[in-house]
This record gives sequence, structure tokens and C-alpha cells, in this order.
Amino acid sequence: MFIIVDMRSFWRTLDTATVRVVLVMSASVLVIGASYGVTAHAAGLTWWQIVIIATVVLAGSSEFVFVGILAGGGAPLLAALAGLLVNTRNFGYGLSVGRHLPRGLPMALGAHLINDETAVIVAGEPESRRARIAFFLCGAGILISWPLGSAIGAAIGELVADPEALGLDAAFPALLAALAVPALRDRGTLCAAAIGAVVAVAATPFLPAGLPILLALSGLAVVELMRRRARPQLRPANSDDDTCRLEHAR
Amino acid sequence: MSATELAVGVAVLAVGTYLIRLAGPALRNRFEVSPRAAAVMDRGAIVLLVGVAITGALFVGQDLVGWARPAGVAVGVIAALCRAPIIVVVLLAAGTAAGLRACGVA
Repeated sequence: MFIIVDMRSFWRTLDTATVRVVLVMSASVLVIGASYGVTAHAAGLTWWQIVIIATVVLAGSSEFVFVGILAGGGAPLLAALAGLLVNTRNFGYGLSVGRHLPRGLPMALGAHLINDETAVIVAGEPESRRARIAFFLCGAGILISWPLGSAIGAAIGELVADPEALGLDAAFPALLAALAVPALRDRGTLCAAAIGAVVAVAATPFLPAGLPILLALSGLAVVELMRRRARPQLRPANSDDDTCRLEHAR
Repeated sequence: MSATELAVGVAVLAVGTYLIRLAGPALRNRFEVSPRAAAVMDRGAIVLLVGVAITGALFVGQDLVGWARPAGVAVGVIAALCRAPIIVVVLLAAGTAAGLRACGVA
């Protein structure tokens, strides 16, 4: 199996920077997991229910939505549908990271590990083999730290460390954004992300969680349309730069 | 809420989420993807991530958060733009937000 083959040269291939990122990420996820565990416990779930949900769903933001609706007295099925809407973005991540998950076991196991963290770590790794290893290492880190964190939160039932007092709620978006920075040096990507960000922020107060993030993809569509329109003008091949310039000109 | 209702809800969320996740790599591996299409898919992932980061920085649910969190995120992003190591980004972001809150800024 490819995983076993990969393991042999695992430590040779993996650079310390990736390991460090995964450790920082897992530590943050552990603390956020603990705060989720506290929230879920307060919503009336037992510790083992919380750990099972954390393991089989393995998607933090959707679990917060799920538990939040339960806590408000909502039906579990409705809570599940709201959570699914939050998770739709994973389809987009899967299209991108899917190239590192060949059919068979890697795809079956890897699919469960597709999330914000693994998507961003793969985006920063152009080399295919290292990207695959980074994906599984990061995925394993989340698979351990999220349920473990939720178990800790559920077990104590109150905060060990308040994530807000520690500022961890700021750390996580910063971590994601920081890891996306190298990809944003491409002007077309920067344009698409900037338009998408404006759309998502404008839509968030009015739409259910998850939908505004999908609408961010309109930024991708705009840049793609501009690129296609720019192409007949016989400009040089690197049309993404042109797309951006055109956009500024209008 | 009965235990059965909860179990059904969790099963729907877990299985549905898994299928959403599986659909990406399954489609990706079924068709020959042109380099251009692959680049668009990678770009799409970044657009989604930036959307997650910025809405996460500014909102709790549908409401704007206070100043501490966006300020912390902004400091972290500036550090990242200056090519600071990831641990520095995280500590600066968290430290800024925590510090502001300690000073009474929400």
C-alpha cells in the first residue's frame, strides 16, 4: 500500500517546517476542540457522544453549528442539515487536494481528512509527494487533536483555558490566512480571493452559515470570465496578470 | 430530543459530510483534468479558505465580533506578509487579541 511505502521515506521527505506547522495547528485545534467539548456538554451531550461526533464528523465549524441548534432546542435532523451546509466547502477542497488521493485506500481514508487545515497545507506544497505526506500528517494531527480536545472539554465541563482570553479565536483565522499567503502572490488568485472575501462578508449577516463561503467562489467565476474575455486581445500568455490589470482599469 | 433522533442526526451529518468530501477526489480522479482546470480548482480552494478566514475573523454566527479578534488576525496576517514563521504569526495574533481583551477591548 502506498501509505506503507510512503512511511519508509516519511521522515526523509518531510521538512521540519511542515512538521512545525502541523504541530502549531494541532495545538490550536486541541484548545478549540476543548471549547467545543464544553459547549456540547452544556447542550446536554455526554462525553462519549461528543467524542464520537468529533471523530465521525471531524469538521469543527459544522459541529459548533450542530450543537448550537441542539442547545437551542432544534431537531437533530435540522441541525444536521445546517451542519452539512457548512461542510459543502469541503467539496471544493476535495477537487483541489483530490489529485493527491488516488483511488482505493488513500481516497477512502483521505476523504475523511479533507478540511480547512489539510487544504491549506497542501496549497503551500507544490511537490506532489511532499504534498501527499503533508496532507496525511496534518490530517492525522487533526484526527487526534480535535476529538481529544473535545474529550478534555467534555470531561471537565468548564474551560481549562478560555479560548477567547487566550486570543485563540484570532489565531485560527490568522493561521489559515498566513498559510494562504504564498498562493495569493499569484495576481489572479489574489483578485479572485479579494472579490470572494467581499462577497462572503457582505452575505454573512443575511444567509445561513456555510452559504456565504460558497458565494465567495463568485470571485473565481469573475476572474475566470475576465480571463476568457481578455484572451482574444492577443496579449502575452500569462493572462492572469492581464485579467487583474483589466479589472483595475474598469 | 430522543437518543434515536440524536443518532439519526449525527449519522446524517457524518455520512453526508463524508460523501461531500469524497465527491471531490472521486470526480478529480475519474476525469482527465487539464492543467488549466487544475489551476482553477487550486485557486478555488484558496478562495474558499480566504472566505473562511475573513468571515471567521469578523463574525460570530451572523453578528460582527468586537475589535479584539479582527485586530489580532490583522496583526497575524501582517506578520505573515513579512514572512514571519508560522508560530510567530499565531502567537502575535493570539497575543494581540488576548492583550486587547485584557485591556477591556471586546
